[in-house]
Amino acid sequence: MTVAVDDRELAEAMRQEREELEKTWARPRGLWGWFTDTDHKAIAKRYIFTAFVFFLLGGIEAALMRIQLAFPENHFLNPDRYNQIFTVHGTTMMFLFAVPIMTAFGIYFVPLMIGARDVAFPRLNVYGYFVYLIGGLLLYAAFFLNTGPDAGWFAYVPLSGPAYSPGKRVDIWAQMITFTEISALVGAVIVIGTAFKMRAPGMSINRIPLFVWAQVVTAFMIIFAMPAVMLASSFLASDRLIDTHFFNPAEGGDAILYQHLFWFFGHPEVYIIFIPALGFISPIIVTFARRKIFGYVPLVLSLISTGFIGFGLWVHHMFATPIPQMGQSFFTAASMMIAIPSGVQIFCWIATLWGSRLDIKTPLLFVLGFFAIFVLGGLTGLMLASVPLDLQIHDTFFVVAHLHYVLIGGSVFPLFGAFYYWFPKWTGRMLSERAGHLNFWLMFVGFNLVFFPMHQLGLNGMPRRVYTYLPETGWGTLNLIASIGAFILAAGVLVFIVNAIWALRAGVVAGDNPWGADSLEWSVASPPPNYNFHNLPVVQGRYPIWEATADAPVLRGLSTKTRETLVTSVMDAQPELRFDIPGPSIWPFMVALATGVTFIAGIFTPWAFLVGAILAGITLTCWFFADPNYENKAARDTGEKSHKVAPRAELQPKEI
Amino acid sequence: MSKTTRTIPRLILTLVLALCFASCFSSCGGIQNAINPAGPNAANISRLWWLMFIICSIVFVLVMIAVLLSLSKRTTEAADRVPVLEPSEESERRRRNVVVSATTITVIVLFVFLIASYSSGRSLGLNDPTKNGLSIEVTGHQWWWEVRYQDVDASNIFTTANEIHIPVGVPVMFSLRGADVIHSFWVPNLAGKKDLIPGKINTMWIQADKPGVYRGQCAEYCGFQHAKMALWVVAEPQEQFNLWRQNQTQQAVAAASDVQKRGQQIFFSTTCVMCHAINGTPAGSNIGPNLTHVASRHMLAAATLVNTREHMAQWIKDPQTFKPGNRMPQNNLSDADLQALVEYLQSLK
Amino acid sequence: MCEIASRNLSTTRRYRAPFCLCVFLCLFVPSCKREQRQFSTPPANFKSYDVTMSDLRPGVGGLPQPVQNPADQHAFDANEGKRLFTQYNCSGCHFNGGGGIGPPLMDAKWIYGERPENIYSTIVEGRPNGMPSFRQKIPDSQVQQLVAYVRSMSGQLRKDVAPTRNDSMNARRSEQRTERKTPLQTTEPPQ
Repeated sequence: MTVAVDDRELAEAMRQEREELEKTWARPRGLWGWFTDTDHKAIAKRYIFTAFVFFLLGGIEAALMRIQLAFPENHFLNPDRYNQIFTVHGTTMMFLFAVPIMTAFGIYFVPLMIGARDVAFPRLNVYGYFVYLIGGLLLYAAFFLNTGPDAGWFAYVPLSGPAYSPGKRVDIWAQMITFTEISALVGAVIVIGTAFKMRAPGMSINRIPLFVWAQVVTAFMIIFAMPAVMLASSFLASDRLIDTHFFNPAEGGDAILYQHLFWFFGHPEVYIIFIPALGFISPIIVTFARRKIFGYVPLVLSLISTGFIGFGLWVHHMFATPIPQMGQSFFTAASMMIAIPSGVQIFCWIATLWGSRLDIKTPLLFVLGFFAIFVLGGLTGLMLASVPLDLQIHDTFFVVAHLHYVLIGGSVFPLFGAFYYWFPKWTGRMLSERAGHLNFWLMFVGFNLVFFPMHQLGLNGMPRRVYTYLPETGWGTLNLIASIGAFILAAGVLVFIVNAIWALRAGVVAGDNPWGADSLEWSVASPPPNYNFHNLPVVQGRYPIWEATADAPVLRGLSTKTRETLVTSVMDAQPELRFDIPGPSIWPFMVALATGVTFIAGIFTPWAFLVGAILAGITLTCWFFADPNYENKAARDTGEKSHKVAPRAELQPKEI
Repeated sequence: MSKTTRTIPRLILTLVLALCFASCFSSCGGIQNAINPAGPNAANISRLWWLMFIICSIVFVLVMIAVLLSLSKRTTEAADRVPVLEPSEESERRRRNVVVSATTITVIVLFVFLIASYSSGRSLGLNDPTKNGLSIEVTGHQWWWEVRYQDVDASNIFTTANEIHIPVGVPVMFSLRGADVIHSFWVPNLAGKKDLIPGKINTMWIQADKPGVYRGQCAEYCGFQHAKMALWVVAEPQEQFNLWRQNQTQQAVAAASDVQKRGQQIFFSTTCVMCHAINGTPAGSNIGPNLTHVASRHMLAAATLVNTREHMAQWIKDPQTFKPGNRMPQNNLSDADLQALVEYLQSLK
Repeated sequence: MCEIASRNLSTTRRYRAPFCLCVFLCLFVPSCKREQRQFSTPPANFKSYDVTMSDLRPGVGGLPQPVQNPADQHAFDANEGKRLFTQYNCSGCHFNGGGGIGPPLMDAKWIYGERPENIYSTIVEGRPNGMPSFRQKIPDSQVQQLVAYVRSMSGQLRKDVAPTRNDSMNARRSEQRTERKTPLQTTEPPQ
């Protein structure tokens, strides 16, 4: 029912509503608050910060490796230390940095981009973060105490098995995998639930931003891929702890089984890292090209098909094993086929940029760097896809070059672009453009100096994972160049850190939408209020801000006294249900602790799983029975519960 | 940004990238090099490599040109201009055509690669061109290569380590096993690599078309000394190979001089005899490399030390300094004893 | 990051991360020693002729300090001992610990003593009825590894140090899952 009201009355009513919303959605403070806070933006920022710290640690490990390899027969690191360092470097970057940071962007932005007040499962989100944190601390505590895993980041048996990796090093690795995979699964479930059921009315499936599509595809990939690595690491852990024979050929096991299980996860894993970055690129290109994206539908279909095909490639890591050649050829075909959707995306993006008057700000600069680096990496990937050629370059520095080109070029460069792009939204301040350009060029030049010579090193016969090499091999010059480049790359990252710290204190204050971007997160304040949207927008097209008219409708009627949010249908985002989102609680942290205790003690004794299951059962029960709004006294007083709505959202006067 | 602040980084970038490229393609030769083939396997792969390299380079350059051209209309205005939501039909249609064409070309190129790869693979693969020819069994240990020459006549079977001789122009069948962990047998000048997996037997054939020495290295991370687990493949004319092989089937040369006899005695009475075999003597352990003809080998310590008296003495006295973590313990022998031992071992041609 | 921007760092927040780290480190202090891998031979801390075979002493005065075998604390060394046990053919007489030609090593009965220095002496000097002397054949560092392994067969080593199963056919439970047996002195030779 439309009611004509006085503008001042309306403004006053809005202000009161906002005050109530602030109270309802207030975040708990203090140390207790840190453990109980469920605000998705706070959790996401924690994820990003923690993952970035792991990135720096991984980078330090890489620098140590490059120092060791700068000269032949260098004695900077002994082989035992070097083996631990390269293993922890790979493990950190893949499990503790790349996947969590991409998930974190999803957790932060998916609700904002789809017009929701929170994620679907805020308490589960808290659980996911603490499990991740415990896993990461486990690995690093072990590493600093000489118990860091030393069998490589994919830990092939029999080397990682009980006979050839004595002690608890590989057990630490296997259990850390469990932690990070639980955390990733949690993130995936949250992204899917939020993106499918909590979109603002009118955001039908063909209007979902490409960022959200990328996160959804990634989330599905996580759900299908993670169980495989869980099996691999659990079988390995049980072989080591309780004398099972999964990978013992003498008793009927098979060493290649491990490789299959691991790579069935391992290949999708790299797409899990890569696809969210594709979701960063699209909004950045759209914003700076100042035009709608060219080829929305092909881009979405490319994302989805990359996700599918990504599951059919895993044997290309195993071409040197005695798998029959006919079987291997199928994987060559699939590995080449996956270049098609990637190519389509690149062409669509170039088509979007073409002819536009581009203002090359730092985010766009990083995207351009992505084009240069990722395309080169993708092309070397085609070389690796071919069985005969792979038999020469497999397990050499050529592969190291390829994987860094696609992962750093394909994920880290867009990630840095995303940092520059969304930093104003997180913090309300802009990062410095000049420092940003310096950051980019140092990283770009440094990166190419490090990794381009590695292609040649691989062809020259240098295998991977070698702690040193003989002077007669002639690999010294290229290795020295690579080591110098590593420090230039590190300098670039350092510039970024300095830039970020400076900007937090003294950066230019950003408004709601400093880039003039589209997508809904730019329609709220920087940083967004806890409740994201005062009135949920009613979306009328793919570009809600750019297409917004003066009388764009908004949704009103959600309670300001409870954490109420709207659940909508999957395809057309028709409102279905009003739903109370649970508020802060200590129980997710407790369950995370129980999980942590179970798996850490499980490194030493199998009884830990029994005790741990009981602990987890108790804490889970407390979680399920906890009052969803315990912290929210206002809600308890008024006792508002969720109930169905009338099917149509009503038009209301525009919010002041 | 001013013109200078833009030009300087560009100059540096160009210089650096040029340096990268130049240094990379400066080293195309070498005895452990995949694009310096010395046999049909490696030559086949090398051809495939150049085909893919050239096509991929062209693709890369074209894509980069496209990206750079799309930057041609740059501006430094802030991003407040009105966004274009309805570009003209004409330009959208043109873009669509270009994207579709580019995608089609991509698919065609991928098919070319696929066919090239498959046909290259076929000629490397199943057919056994050796047909009862020379057959060698290689077993990978941590961190050395056990090499056993098979033969129909049992008296021609012998075991050696870390150095393989093959006749030029003759395909040789290798059967590959892992004794402990996964290793990978890789001699880049001659062929691609195959893994040595415990519990499985992998096979490949190799042929060298040019006489020479080719260095190989383990290419699957296998523990502490993965970096120094190398091997030599010596390709020599058939007669020379036959002589070598004949020699290898013989038992060890008997100790002649007093010093050598003393050295042999030291061999039997200290830790050496626990791990190493010398055919024709009571030393018969097969944990470590077979030393029957150790003096005939060019290298020691899995092709990482040149086989000289001095190196051998240093290696025996303290292998852990050169290859920390490897299975050979330190040996506290007096200088005289060490010299005698080395004298004996160097007589085992 | 918002908190940093608004300079709202409370004391508890500042010490949160180091505190968590300390807690975790405490869990792993024992691992420092367990994971040690020493490649250069440490000087042997017991020689065979220093070993005493009896606990009786004339006069007053305490019993000599029992000698510690450093390999008992290192998982790597115990595992090496397991490898050497097969490679040096100890299993030729003692099989997988069950004995046969030689006495069993996985049971509680010890003829010549179960202390590390006793086992060291057994290996280095040999014993009557068929145990060879490996003096100068097996270096001291490896003898220590073998001693650790032999003790692990009857469960004397800490569970996280003892070796687990190896990649061969397994005749019995791994040493890690073997219950600790109380050593008994026996003078009976094996049947």
